[in-house]
Amino acid sequence: MSHQHEDKGLFDDPRVVTWILRVFYVICAALVLADFIVHRHIYTSLEKIPAFYAIYGFVACVLLVFAAKGLRNILMRKEDYYDPEVGQNLKTKEDDQ
Amino acid sequence: MWITNLPPFVVFFVFALFAPVLKGRLRVLLLLAPVWGGLNLAMTAADSGGVTWQFTDLILDLYYIDRLSLLFGYLFHIAAFIALIYSLHVKDSVQQVSGLLYAGSALGAVFAGDMLTVFIFWELLAVTSAFLIWARRTPEAIRAANRYVVIQVLSGVLMLTGVIMLYQQTGTLRLAYIGLEGTAAWLIFIALGIKCAFPFFHTWLTDAYPLATPTGTLYLSAFTTKVAIYLLARTFPGEPLLIYIGAAMTCFPIFYAVIENDLRKVLAYSLINQLGFMVCGIGVGTALALNGAVAHAFNDVIFKGLLFMTMGAVLTRVGHVNGSDLGGLYKTMPRTTVFCLIGAASISAFPLFSGFVSKSMVMAALLEQEQIIVWLMLLFASAGVFHHAGIKIPFFAFFAHDSGLRPKEAPLNMQLAMAIGATLCILIGVHPEWLYSLLPWENDYSPYDMTHTLTQLQILFFSALAFVWLNKQGLYPPELRSVNLDVEWLYRRLLPSSGRRMVNSLVSARSSFRRNARIIADQFARRSTPMPTGTVTILTRRMAWVFIALMLLVVGSLVL
Repeated sequence: MSHQHEDKGLFDDPRVVTWILRVFYVICAALVLADFIVHRHIYTSLEKIPAFYAIYGFVACVLLVFAAKGLRNILMRKEDYYDPEVGQNLKTKEDDQ
Repeated sequence: MWITNLPPFVVFFVFALFAPVLKGRLRVLLLLAPVWGGLNLAMTAADSGGVTWQFTDLILDLYYIDRLSLLFGYLFHIAAFIALIYSLHVKDSVQQVSGLLYAGSALGAVFAGDMLTVFIFWELLAVTSAFLIWARRTPEAIRAANRYVVIQVLSGVLMLTGVIMLYQQTGTLRLAYIGLEGTAAWLIFIALGIKCAFPFFHTWLTDAYPLATPTGTLYLSAFTTKVAIYLLARTFPGEPLLIYIGAAMTCFPIFYAVIENDLRKVLAYSLINQLGFMVCGIGVGTALALNGAVAHAFNDVIFKGLLFMTMGAVLTRVGHVNGSDLGGLYKTMPRTTVFCLIGAASISAFPLFSGFVSKSMVMAALLEQEQIIVWLMLLFASAGVFHHAGIKIPFFAFFAHDSGLRPKEAPLNMQLAMAIGATLCILIGVHPEWLYSLLPWENDYSPYDMTHTLTQLQILFFSALAFVWLNKQGLYPPELRSVNLDVEWLYRRLLPSSGRRMVNSLVSARSSFRRNARIIADQFARRSTPMPTGTVTILTRRMAWVFIALMLLVVGSLVL
């Protein structure tokens, strides 16, 4: 999975990443196509929308991330907001080693 | 050799006694606790005679067995077995002892036949588990453990009050269906709700779990909340309110999880999200839904445990689990990476992984009941959980940008524990009938039909597509060192600061009173020195005292 002897890992190579993404896009497309071929049980009228689950998954995640980014404006505080010493000893070793 | 009908907690408590003595390689012997306990359980399960304990005129039912308690019993033995292997290298015997006592208490609560026994183990769970957080020994962990204990014990007090009230009303302590009617039922419901991390009661979990030791968090994620789920399934099945509470629990934590930096805290939020699915299933209350809820509890202990184990391994090797400072660890921790990916696939409910076979039961039950809005919320949460637990955790820890960290692979015993968890995730995913045969209610459900598999794959792949697209566009929020406000702000900021303000105003009132009193006293003191001489002066002074006394009498009579 990784090259132990050198510092560069497999996923540092942009060509590998590009290929992984290409395969991923093809699978996505195949899943949408399958929606039109495979007979699907319909439980609710919403599911009659073609590729309903694909659209819902994508839109849900994009909305989720935008909403969470918006929440950061309200909720985010400095790391030491509650405990003054947090963040200073970031690299201390664990006790139970 | 076998002591028949031995309550399962006894085995763990006995081993906890010996744990401090077992040092070095001898610690392996601790593994006998879940093995012996599990065999004992399997052999006595058939004849559930039960063990009672007479306490004055109260009879406590220490060992009550049916299919529901048996399922959780097996689960807790597996969880304890994995956790003990994971902690074999830990030299701190506090963790070994409290881990065993904690697992034992969970078993005690699950096999309890009456509410008072449940309460005893409910409080034992609180106290024994807190030591797993204290054992981290950093100032912030100690403070978090203190807060944790206060909230957990509060839950116990509410439960005891409810149990006593219920006993006065019904005259029985038997653990059975209660239903939400009357104050007693509500008190017990809220007590369960606190440990189940209902919204607004959830911050003890996200506060304390990320601060425990690596082993501690693994234990914590397995027991407390699952005991609460078990008791909810026993006492409040089919309570419609639970459907909405559960739906809220699935949705709100994922927003936090997206922007949280501490990866164990991300997992803590996603633990609440998974509990939401179970609570929802218990709320629906049909055989399919209840089976789904307890099956999901079973799977969640294993896959969430696996994810916590991988993050615990990172914590052990690197010293922190902040997403902002990790990345590229797959190069030196390849096995932990693979285990993490298996855990991520399971929690996201990929087909052939354990989450899929139980989560789909809850979803199918919701569709059967035509709860479309709740179903859409859970579908949103399913996409969201893949987004943060399925992608974010492995991506930011093991891939993403190269942080330059080159930690060693996790200790061998940790790898072994993770391997067992990962194997179980896949085995249950591939052969769900093994888990289904243990489920308490009659139901024939098959998860692998074309519709389920296809739709689940669509939702997962397009959630991933959203992640890829947002990252490519630079829209994905970066991991920032930060803390996000949650309900805990009320008791960690508002309460202390308003309390401090009150104390300050009281202190300043006291000091101003003292100042004034001293001024008055000084007046008298100055008059007394130098000692007045002459009869007239002394007379005047006495007259003054008499005058003051008279005035006080007048004022007093007027007031009264």
